[in-house]
Formats: sequence, C-alpha cells, structure tokens
Amino acid sequence: MSAPPLVSIEGLSRTYGDRLALDRVSFDVAPGELFALLGPNGGGKTTLFKLLATLIPPSEGTFRVDGLAPDGSLRELRRRLGVVFQSPSLDRKLTVRENLHVHGAILGLGGRALGARAGELLARMGVDDRARDLVETLSGGLARRVEIAKALLGAPKVLLLDEPSTGLDPIARRSLRALLAELARGGTTVLLTTHLFDEAEEAGRIGILDRGRLVALGSPVDLKREVGGDVLVLATDSDEEAAALATDVAASLGSSFVPKAGRVGAVGATVRVERPDGPALVPVLAAAFPGRFRSLTLGAPSLEDVFVDRTGHPFEEAGAVGGRAA
Amino acid sequence: MRAARALAWREIVRFLRQPSRIVGAFAPPLLAWLLLGAGFGSSFRVPGGGGASYVAYFFPGTVVLVVLFAAIFSTISVIEDRREGFLQAVVVSPVSPLAVAAGKIAGGTLLALAQGGALLLLAPVLGYTPSMAALVPALLVLAFVALALTGLGLAIAWMLESTQGFHAIMNLFLIPMWFLSGSFFPSEGAPAWLRAAMAVNPLTYGVAALRHALDAAASGLPSSGLSVAVTFAFALGAVLVAAAVINRYPAGPDRAAFRSRRKKP
Repeated sequence: MSAPPLVSIEGLSRTYGDRLALDRVSFDVAPGELFALLGPNGGGKTTLFKLLATLIPPSEGTFRVDGLAPDGSLRELRRRLGVVFQSPSLDRKLTVRENLHVHGAILGLGGRALGARAGELLARMGVDDRARDLVETLSGGLARRVEIAKALLGAPKVLLLDEPSTGLDPIARRSLRALLAELARGGTTVLLTTHLFDEAEEAGRIGILDRGRLVALGSPVDLKREVGGDVLVLATDSDEEAAALATDVAASLGSSFVPKAGRVGAVGATVRVERPDGPALVPVLAAAFPGRFRSLTLGAPSLEDVFVDRTGHPFEEAGAVGGRAA
Repeated sequence: MRAARALAWREIVRFLRQPSRIVGAFAPPLLAWLLLGAGFGSSFRVPGGGGASYVAYFFPGTVVLVVLFAAIFSTISVIEDRREGFLQAVVVSPVSPLAVAAGKIAGGTLLALAQGGALLLLAPVLGYTPSMAALVPALLVLAFVALALTGLGLAIAWMLESTQGFHAIMNLFLIPMWFLSGSFFPSEGAPAWLRAAMAVNPLTYGVAALRHALDAAASGLPSSGLSVAVTFAFALGAVLVAAAVINRYPAGPDRAAFRSRRKKP
C-alpha cells in the first residue's frame, strides 16, 4: 500500500466482562479499498464493527479514521463514518425520502442541498422510483439499498457495513455486491463484515478473524496462494471415521512421501490433505484406502482452506465454541 | 436544531400513521370517564362543590389522563426505536444527545397537548361546557402538564430495555400518580396519609391548575398561584432530568456503549 491508510487499527482489544471478544487486532485499510472482515459467528467481527462504528469504546488499543481516534472528538470521527447495521435502522412508518430527510437533518443537512443529495443517492442506489413509498412496503434488498443511501448522506470517508447481505435473496445479494464494488471504485472506502466466503472473495483485501484474533490478512488471491499446492478433501460419514482416516493417511504419507504430516488433518467429517503434488496423490490414496471415504475432491485452495490452514479447525464449528476448553 | 425539529416531526408523523395509537390514547380515559361518571353520578357529591356532578368533577382528570397516556405512548416508542434499530443510527451519528432529547420531548409534548386539547374542545359535545374564555389558560396549563409527563416518561423509557419494564413502571408509578392527583377523588375527606401523598405529588398541582383554569369557582384545591408554580417547576425538572439522562447515556441501557465522559477522579 503506497497511499497512507485511511483506517488504521492499532492493537485493538475489547472485553465483555471476562470474555475477550477482540484480541489485539492491528491492520490498515487504504482509501478506496473494499475490505472484508471474514469470520465465523462469534469470531469477533461484529465486535470490531461496533468498535469502528463508535458504538462501544475499546478496552485497549485504538484506531484512527482519517487520523481521528475515538478518544478524541467522537463527533468529528462520526462525521467520517457511514454505518449500515445488520438490523435495519430505517423507520418503517416513514417513506424512503422521509427517512433520508430525517437522517439528513440529524447530520445537520437541510434545505435544497439535502433534497438534491437524497435524490442523487436514491438514483444511484436504483431506488428513486420508490422514494414516496413507505419503507415497510419495500423488499429486503431494496430496504438495504435505502439503508446504504442513508449511510452515504453525509458523504462519509468510510462506509461500514455489518453482514450487509444477511436476509437477502441471491439476486439481491449479487446486486448489492456489485453496488459495493462500484462504491469502492468511486473512491469510498468500504469495510464490511461477512461470514460468507464468496462475499469475501470479491473484496480487494480481507482480514480473517477467529476467536477474536486476526489470523490472516491480505488479498484473497495471495492468501490462497500461501496455502499453496492443491487441497485434497476426502469426505467420510462421521467425525470419528475422518479422524481415524486422517491418522492413517498421515502415517502413509509421512513414511512414503514428504514428512509434513501437519498438512493432513481431520476437519469435521472430512480429511484434508494439502500437498504440492495433489494430482499424483489421487490414485495413491484411492488405492490405499478403498471404502474409507465417500468422495475425493481435488481443488485449488479456497478461502475456507485458508481459514482451516490458519486455525486448524473447521469454519462452521468455530463460532459455536464459546472458548476452547483448556 | 434541525435534528431536534426533524425528530419531533417524525414522532408526529408516526403517530398519525398509526390509527391504533389514536384509539389507544383516547378510548380508555373516555370510557373511564363515561362509565365512572355514570356509575358514581347519583351517589357522588363533591364536598363543598355544591351541585357539581361527578361527570363534571371527573372531566379535568380525564383530560390529564389522556395527556398521561399520550406521553406514555410517545415515550415508550423510544424502546421500540432502540429495538427496531432506528436509534442505533442516531447514536453513531454526529448529533448532540441534547438535540435528540429536545426532539423527543418536543414531539411527545405536542402530541400529548394535541390529544388533551382535543378532548377539551370536544367537551361541549360530551355534555360538559367550560367557558370559552377558560380554554386558553386551560390549554397553557395542559402544555406544561404535557411537557412534565413527556419529560418524565422519556427519562424512564430511555434507560429501559423492554416495554414490559415500562408497563411495570406505568402501573406501579405513573397510574398511581394520576390516581393520587385529585383527578379521581378530592383530597378533602381522604385519610391523612393519602392527603400527604397527594400533597407531595406534583401532578396534583397540574390537575388543580387545570381545575382553576376551567372553573374560577373551584374550591378545596391548592391555590391557583401555587398550582401553576409547581406545575411549571415539575415540567422544568422533568425536562432537565430527561436531558441529563440522555446526555450521560447517549446509547441508553447498553452498558457496553460509550457514555459521556466524567472527569477522572
């Protein structure tokens, strides 16, 4: 990154009571970036979102947006943020335009300037034909667009979105992603949280959060390249079978191939094998363990592989654990 | 200023778009007035009130009850706003918490005054005729009662997480406050402890001020000057408390959230 960062997060921690929800997270986001915070539920991404949105104060560390930290003037910091919450913040009993006008007034805007700005944003979000409709008559996808228009009213430097595609159908999801990408190209820095790999895939850079820690940071392409080689996945019927098979596979590969058994592991009911020589392994494994697995897939690493590679546990289960048993 | 005005405007528009709220605000007090008035009508005589009927006696209290209901409904909306998400966007926007307080209080007060005022204007239809000259001072008194009750309701609602909590406070505190305000029965003839409770209840003076405004010959009440003064002080105090609570806890009951800083000891 050559440009100075617009958002810089410095050793940010947050505790709730005894629970450490975010553990010394640091990274920068450059102006105009589309940055996704990826992680399972409970991984800390919503806590990080709340911190950046100035909803809650940090326990330790700090962050800066455009050079402003939350222990300075909150009001000045908030002027630079547009925030889209996971649960809608629109007033359902007001029309689309009325919602924008009330929010504009809250930001200190008014008169013709506000009217023009609201009209322009609604057109950009493709919802100008619904401006006079009550929000409660809008579909989820359209309401989310109005929500984004509302967040952009004050011309923020950073648009923060918490799980923006939650509750949207696939088509609305796709058009929302296109919209966010377009915003980023237009120079608005977009920082969103997601637990969807394909959504993170479209970001310029991602940070992966697990159990409150930042476990990976980089572009999706780079992160996947770091996993390296090929990923073989052997699907079994149960976690136990997978565990047993993983041990056997590791033993067989460890003796006859490169001694790097750490790259073989049971993840849920599957066994993952990361090797540079994936295609050559397919017949070997098929011959060595007949009937021990349902299917064998060979592929390039995905973001899910990145997650598993960095954390050593499957993505879906990660959130369910309140904390690892010591 | 803009923010406060827009938030007040929003309160009013929301009210007008929810007909059930209009019914909810008017029906219970009116029903109480008609049924209790009819029921007590023959047996009840206001002590020292000459021949005043219970329907007439009960009318100012009914107006205050309408205002109380209106204030409760409009301030309870804070809890819904928080749950439905409208307030979360307000909390993280660069707006002063005092502007939020001002908008909520102004909107709620106007709604409460409009509802209480509407009942006052409807009085002749309902068979109770205050003099036209009495209406202006009565509406002024009502405005301060509305301000007081809205401020009080807001100060309570701001820190609550659920509407159930508010209902509990309403039943244990706000409704008894009305019962002991001289709306329902006069303090004359009540046991001493009840009279004491009524004397320290600020709403007693609001109801008394309204009675004075509507009927120059009203008797058995705190003096007109005292009633107006206490009502004014009640309104001022309630508004200040609501503003202080919102300013200190801009995000309401969320314990994890930012709150305004106090100087470190």
